[in-house]
Amino acid sequence: MAATTLPADLTIPQRSFGNLVELFAKEAKYEIVKNVRIPVYAASTIFFPLMFYVLFAIVLGSGNPVTRSESATYMLATLGTFGVMGVSLFGFGVSLAMERGQGWLQVKRASPMPLAAYFTAKVVSAMAFSAVIALALMAIGFAFGNVRLSAVQSAELVGILMLAAIPFGSMGLALGYLAKPNSAPALVNLTYLPMSFCSGLWIPIFLLPHGLQQVARVLPPFHISQLALRAIGMSRDTSSIGSHVQTLVGFTLLFLGIAAFLYRRDEGQLYG
Amino acid sequence: MSTAIAQSVHNAAPEAVSVARTRRLTKTYGSVSALRNVDMELRSGELLALLGPNGAGKTTLVRMLLGLANPDCGSVSVFGSDPRDEAMRYRVGAMLQVARVPETLKVREHIDLFSSYYPNPLPMAETLQIAGLDEIKHRRFGELSGGQRQRVLFGISICGNPDLLFLDEPTVGLDVEARRLMWTQIRTLVARGKTVLLTTHYLNEADALADRILVLQHGSIVAEGTPAEIKSRAMGKQVRFNSRLSLDEIRAIPGVLNVAADRQKFELQVQAAEPVVRELLERDSWLSDLEVTSAGLEEAFLALTQNHNHASYGSN
Repeated sequence: MAATTLPADLTIPQRSFGNLVELFAKEAKYEIVKNVRIPVYAASTIFFPLMFYVLFAIVLGSGNPVTRSESATYMLATLGTFGVMGVSLFGFGVSLAMERGQGWLQVKRASPMPLAAYFTAKVVSAMAFSAVIALALMAIGFAFGNVRLSAVQSAELVGILMLAAIPFGSMGLALGYLAKPNSAPALVNLTYLPMSFCSGLWIPIFLLPHGLQQVARVLPPFHISQLALRAIGMSRDTSSIGSHVQTLVGFTLLFLGIAAFLYRRDEGQLYG
Repeated sequence: MSTAIAQSVHNAAPEAVSVARTRRLTKTYGSVSALRNVDMELRSGELLALLGPNGAGKTTLVRMLLGLANPDCGSVSVFGSDPRDEAMRYRVGAMLQVARVPETLKVREHIDLFSSYYPNPLPMAETLQIAGLDEIKHRRFGELSGGQRQRVLFGISICGNPDLLFLDEPTVGLDVEARRLMWTQIRTLVARGKTVLLTTHYLNEADALADRILVLQHGSIVAEGTPAEIKSRAMGKQVRFNSRLSLDEIRAIPGVLNVAADRQKFELQVQAAEPVVRELLERDSWLSDLEVTSAGLEEAFLALTQNHNHASYGSN
């Protein structure tokens, strides 16, 4: 039986750098494991972009192999962006709103878990799902859509879609702090479906009415899809890579600012 | 705020025994005042029960001791520092009321993750054994019964081998058997020298586990004492009077639980007032200023009883 230790005698325990790395790794691992085992999350976020791709790019693609290959290549970028937006907004926004509103985040915050580990894990999980979506789309495109990409193009596309989890994750973070647990899925769908359409993720941007094309420029998914299209040589947009990246960094900072503001408003309230 | 801190420094009692304390702690949510001027102290190695009906402010107090909510006024310190300090959290474990826990993770995965937050966690096998999770360690949280879920939350609170544990209503919604099991587990921790703050709305639970009880009602502490003292106050009456009888004579009267005397002024805690008063009047015909009041806890315990009934309807 241990003797009662008096507080004044104790040296404060320290966490080593190794402990911290292990902590971040475990948090990320279990976030991914948790999501993989939620059938609705895993199936819907991965299944929908793949299904759209099969329907629009493969089945509805015209008989002409050249145009079919072109549209199948184009849609790798746009539906890939759509997929990444889904995993990020649901994995970040909806899960944060739930865990916050239902008290689970409180339990974690009462522990010595660094809040950064919690958020990093959600970004890593979104990136892992993004990679799966990108690779699955490419596999279908290569096998059935006559898609031909170089190794560098393929790697760039996957890399861009994975990095897209950062701006979309920051958007999810803001939505997660804005929404109540019950309203979060509806709020995310209301944001993400219209935004996908207006950014040219379902119908190529150049086929949209001129007015909508202008609206797309103020939406983050447009800029991500343009970067992805450029990586595989399909972009018709004349803006520079730098300007897309700048806009995305701006959006990310804006969403992080909104999230930080809402977090502070939450501090000290019943549901932190 | 700064004056409150200065005051708490000024009032500092021997630091050796005090693990956590609050001074004039006040918190208001909108127009609801959750805590009013709460002064409390948690001593090393004790199990302190915070007893009160729902809405009395127990959870708010725990949240402030954990640094999850900021006081409007007054001060909180845990191990002599601000409860929001991350290093302080290494020494603290918490079992909170939570509506939903990620259901797809397995029991041992939850424990593994929370253990990684602490610099010197208990070995996994020990946590599983103390919390009674060994047989269900490979089950997903979503597949567990209510009692098993509470045990997982309990395991999460102890896995970091903390010196101080906050258990917020650990047995709420449990059946009798599961409640007894949880009591045994809590006693094991106290035997290991942990300091525990437990909240409950069951008097019998506080009685079974606590060294000391604080009764909280409408955000204020209305009584403090050992379980025996609280029980006698909860059930009994107070009798006040002036008398020439000696302290020993009064102590000898059957049914007197406790006597406080100030020269000829007496204040008695009694189980039932009538036989004691009859006896007093017989022994001292000069007795004056007789006053009988209820112990002041009746309202609190009426609410407790109602909650108790309500809870048992809920679980059946």
